[in-house]
Amino acid sequence: MFLFASGADPFEVYGLIWTGAFASWFSLQNTLLRAAPLLLVALCTALPARLGLVIIGGEGAIVLGGLAAAAIGVLLVDAPYVPAMLLMAAAAMVAGAALIALAGWLRHARGVNETISSLLLTYIAVAVFNHLVEGPLRDPASLNKPSTASIGDQHMIGAIPGTDVHWGLAIGVVVCLAMAVLMRKTTFGFATRMVGGNVRAARMAGLPIGRLVIATCAMAGAAGGLAGMIEVAAIHGKANASLNTGYGFTGILVAFLARHEPSAVIPVAILFGGINAAGGLLQRRMDLPDATVLVLQGILFVVLLASETLRGRSMFGGKA
Amino acid sequence: MADDLGLWAVPVAMLGGAIRVSTPYIFVSLGECLTERSGRINLGLEGTLVLGAMGAYGISYLSGSPWLGVLVAMAAGAFLGGLHALLCGLPKVNDIAVGIALMLFGTGIAFFLGKPFVQPKAPNLPAIPLGWWIDQPELRAALEINPLFVVGILLSLALTWFLGRTRWGLILRAAGDSAEAVRAMGYSAQTMRFVATTAGGAMAGIGGAFLSLFYPGSWNEGLSSGQGLMAIALVIFARWQPIRCIWASLLFGAAGALGPSLQSVGVTWGYYLFGAAPYVLTLGIMIATCSPTRSLRGAPAELGVTR
Repeated sequence: MFLFASGADPFEVYGLIWTGAFASWFSLQNTLLRAAPLLLVALCTALPARLGLVIIGGEGAIVLGGLAAAAIGVLLVDAPYVPAMLLMAAAAMVAGAALIALAGWLRHARGVNETISSLLLTYIAVAVFNHLVEGPLRDPASLNKPSTASIGDQHMIGAIPGTDVHWGLAIGVVVCLAMAVLMRKTTFGFATRMVGGNVRAARMAGLPIGRLVIATCAMAGAAGGLAGMIEVAAIHGKANASLNTGYGFTGILVAFLARHEPSAVIPVAILFGGINAAGGLLQRRMDLPDATVLVLQGILFVVLLASETLRGRSMFGGKA
Repeated sequence: MADDLGLWAVPVAMLGGAIRVSTPYIFVSLGECLTERSGRINLGLEGTLVLGAMGAYGISYLSGSPWLGVLVAMAAGAFLGGLHALLCGLPKVNDIAVGIALMLFGTGIAFFLGKPFVQPKAPNLPAIPLGWWIDQPELRAALEINPLFVVGILLSLALTWFLGRTRWGLILRAAGDSAEAVRAMGYSAQTMRFVATTAGGAMAGIGGAFLSLFYPGSWNEGLSSGQGLMAIALVIFARWQPIRCIWASLLFGAAGALGPSLQSVGVTWGYYLFGAAPYVLTLGIMIATCSPTRSLRGAPAELGVTR
């Protein structure tokens, strides 16, 4: 209906989304590229949700993680590949983890609502990011688009052989699966589910709720930070404003649609990667403005969320 | 003397900034206050703000009447608010997720329809110069007040009266505290929430109209930059009291004006860090006033985020 009103043939648009997202090898790769950060940042919301916490600070974790990775990467330009990569990832994860763990700690220790505090922390993180990228860490050579100095081509995450898709996607999938196992098969996962189900019962059972909350939030933040590092190390090569483009908010919705199930995050993230990827094609072929994708995404989310009401169980078989 | 205020320029600019910047916060936070009092949270108000700004600007440009633009912004806001309420009325639908989806939807539609209006100049809302008795141009400029600011203050008084003194206000507050009590009274909490969310959306739409028609007074895609989301934090800060929303908004406006006003006197270091001042302020106040053992005073009990 919306597309009709804008003078485009809806069927052609949906056809194009399909073509742009999944139909050819090229577009499939493009889809997967865009799904990679979503996989990790969705975990940033999905893991704390197991404890009954609604964290919406994924954007902040991405931005800080990317910044930390770029800063370390610049220092280590001459270091050998593997340690440099590991240090960059570690820095990004620590930065992201610190941010979200702070929200978790505030929740536990001070009773500050974690949804609002993670949102505030995101804005603070973005301000710190802008300050550092415009100021102390700015590469003087970057004139109209301020960014940090480049981490150098030798330290980029390479593509998976035979494709243009970088290894970040694989890392994302592995982390999602690992989290799914952690949440389902281990005592830690059981304890988090118990806290999420009934805090009072969990306290009776003597579970260290505070430690669980903070640990889960730290893991969530680490995943978000890692997403930022991968974006920096696999795509941009430096930290700039492209890190702050709303992946975090899309990630929240991916997490909700996956019913906070880490393994279900994988297909949902790929679906939304596809819609993002189709945006470019849509613009070129149909002469629609770039915001079309945003509108379609919004409608799709609204419809999918509303359809939750029709289901007793989740879309992907996880427990509601 | 008149053009050299020295360091006094900072507080003056902050006062002016507080009055100028706070109006959208006032409207969004009053709207959200009403919505949350009925027991629901609407994170989509960011999208509502942007759509209101775009609608107001577009209509003002096409019709030549900024006030018609304000009306259209209200209607657009009510539409998004109503949509949010309808969706959340369905069982098992999470209102935070719907809010974020509508935030994307609202901004998307605004950017989509707003493309042709980035360039042209639409007629803006007039200002009331309250500083006519002062010689200093800086002070006079700081005291140019938009009628919408006044409307916002009157609205907060009206809301206080409505929530505290009327029958429907009582039912609405009851819907926020216990849906069962409302059912026992023979009303539907669902209906109350629908009305409250729709009205809240309409108010946020007016806030958007202020952004595009008065300050900064033009339409572009970076217009709102999270103000709608901030206003939601502000409601908690204001303890769900409409009058306090005004003070909180003014404080936010002043904190937000800190960076630009320091820049105007030549302090350029840390411009972006000062931009974060309102967020740090809110977080600090929340940390100081929250406690793990009791829920927030004045918080509606049915509201998911306070549990």
